[in-house]
Amino acid sequence: MMLLGLYNYWIAIVLMMTGFYTVISRGNLIKKLIGLNIFQVSVFLLYISMGKVEDGTAPIVLAGSSQGQELRSELPSPGSSAAPIGQSKENLSAGAELADTNEIRPRGNPENLSVTTPSSQRYSNPLPHVLILTAIVVGVATTSVGLALIVRIKEAYGTIEDEEILQEDAQS
Amino acid sequence: MIAEHLPVLQILIPLIAAPICVLLRNRHLVFPFATLVSWMTCAVSVVLLQRIMMGESISYELGGWPSLWGIEYRLDPLSGFVLLVISAVASLVLPFGRELLLREVPTEKHYLFYSAFLLCMTGLLGITITGDFFNVFVFLEISSLSAYVLIAMGKDRRALTAAYRYLIMGTIGSTFILIGIGLVYMMTGTLNMAELTERLHRQVEVQNRIITVIESRTVLAAFAFLTVGISIKLALFPLHVWLPNAYTYAPSMVSAFLASTATKVSFYLLLRVIFTIFGVQFAFHDMSLNQVLMILGLMAVFVGSAVAVYQENVKGLLAYSSVAQIGYLVLAVSFATGNDEGSVLGLSAGIVHLFNHAMIKGSLFLTMGCVMWRVGSTDLKDMKGLAKSMPWTMAAFVIGGLNLIGVPLTSGFISKWYLILAALEKGMIPVAAAALLSSLIAVMYVWRVVEVVYSSSPADETVGSKQQEAPWSMLVPMWIMIGASLIFGTLSRFPMEVARRAAEVLLQTGS
Repeated sequence: MMLLGLYNYWIAIVLMMTGFYTVISRGNLIKKLIGLNIFQVSVFLLYISMGKVEDGTAPIVLAGSSQGQELRSELPSPGSSAAPIGQSKENLSAGAELADTNEIRPRGNPENLSVTTPSSQRYSNPLPHVLILTAIVVGVATTSVGLALIVRIKEAYGTIEDEEILQEDAQS
Repeated sequence: MIAEHLPVLQILIPLIAAPICVLLRNRHLVFPFATLVSWMTCAVSVVLLQRIMMGESISYELGGWPSLWGIEYRLDPLSGFVLLVISAVASLVLPFGRELLLREVPTEKHYLFYSAFLLCMTGLLGITITGDFFNVFVFLEISSLSAYVLIAMGKDRRALTAAYRYLIMGTIGSTFILIGIGLVYMMTGTLNMAELTERLHRQVEVQNRIITVIESRTVLAAFAFLTVGISIKLALFPLHVWLPNAYTYAPSMVSAFLASTATKVSFYLLLRVIFTIFGVQFAFHDMSLNQVLMILGLMAVFVGSAVAVYQENVKGLLAYSSVAQIGYLVLAVSFATGNDEGSVLGLSAGIVHLFNHAMIKGSLFLTMGCVMWRVGSTDLKDMKGLAKSMPWTMAAFVIGGLNLIGVPLTSGFISKWYLILAALEKGMIPVAAAALLSSLIAVMYVWRVVEVVYSSSPADETVGSKQQEAPWSMLVPMWIMIGASLIFGTLSRFPMEVARRAAEVLLQTGS
């Protein structure tokens, strides 16, 4: 059951290996770059999966519940709550996020929260999403630099096959 | 008021200057601007290092967010030292490259070149100064992407394929690092390095057994990903294949800058991960990484040096010699297994060699820049008898070569001395002998160049032309660097003191 429950991690690993194999095995520069892209995307999935909290909703502070400032000060300090003994049982073995991320919810005024259903008080952890947004931008930049290089290589060598390029270099 | 913001200015100055370079466009404006920026950055890092050495601990919270939530810049003796190396090399290489760039890069691309150069510098400085683990990845990519662009600007078309290979391998490396960071974050819920260390060593109960977080399988996987990823970036043998061609065909000032900074920063990152985040106990005693590093380091030293002997292009020769020198760095780290004298000696040998090698390899690549400017090629066959027409450049090369070998009174000697001292302290006499033996191979490849340059008769074309020596604007920065390597060879107190402090701090936090 645990294997099925972690299917998103399996997808990430399969994608990772597919991409990695493509980078290593293909001689065509474009195909290599495609493989590299798949490899990077698998990491995006890994990050997004780890942000998921069971029964968690989008991390939006609901109207009137609290100001951002208050929220920040009232969040459980990570220093005090990272996996204290006796929590996070499956989390460790499952490789999911620690228990303290489950605890992150607005704790402004309890009355103001009455509009929300109990389950919506649980947040998905937004931080991995933010991180991966940065990584996606990096991925786009890498791909564009790579493609630009391939265009230049095509102009200089007249081919984008790895072996033919090596032959050309050996001749000159 | 400025003083308290210096840590962030260290990064902001070059980061903001990079787009300004693109806006200025005119290369007569861009060059002095970029040089000025690099000098300002260098001044900032000098002040910062001074403050650290006075015993001040510097921590800067970006945007005023507490370090648990926001990004923290944190400086200890090691990061201060590496910051100084990067910015000092940049501030010498930039004025050097002005004349050279005219011959190696089309003039309409100069403003883009300077912009990419400053970005690369920003990335390298950023990796060093930041205390946030994800921030490391971001800066790593900033520096790598701009390095690919810089390498691809080389004159030879092989620069393009070299840059492409570097891009593929570099991206795999940094994606591995990204995976490692993600897995560590999963287990700890923090990205702040200091906080990470503490939480990794905390105890939790899993299925009625009490274990420390660091023993969980996720953290083991993270450790593996991080080590391999950083090793690719470090060009540790056998993951070095991207390095030789990249350094050989890049524009000479880029080779000089990257050879003396990029791999050094990866080395810094390796130290951070081993000593600050995971700790010596875990990395070296539980995982036996030190044995892996020692074997790979020794292999790098021998294979790198041996291949260097057979290179026909002197820049290629220097690049392979870099692979060998990285071997020494890693070898030095592998001694640092505890808190005893041998460990401190080994680690400080590594850190001081980081500094010395940056100067040595930087200045050697600068001499090749002069040759490139003069002859238009760095093939050994085109350099016959060059010492007659370029005495100053070739004298610099000889001194640099002596440094590489580790002749007494040069800074290369200092690093090797402490390395061997550490090996003896640890009772590893074969390793000490191997380090000595490998210096002999260095003699061989340096001698090959010296022989061609000094004793064969010049090729016809080089005799006829009027202008013999490289211009002053190139000779002066080159000789400052070479001079520094001699000064720090005889008066080694300053670098050794900093390196020792850095090593002690690392070993304290790590154990």
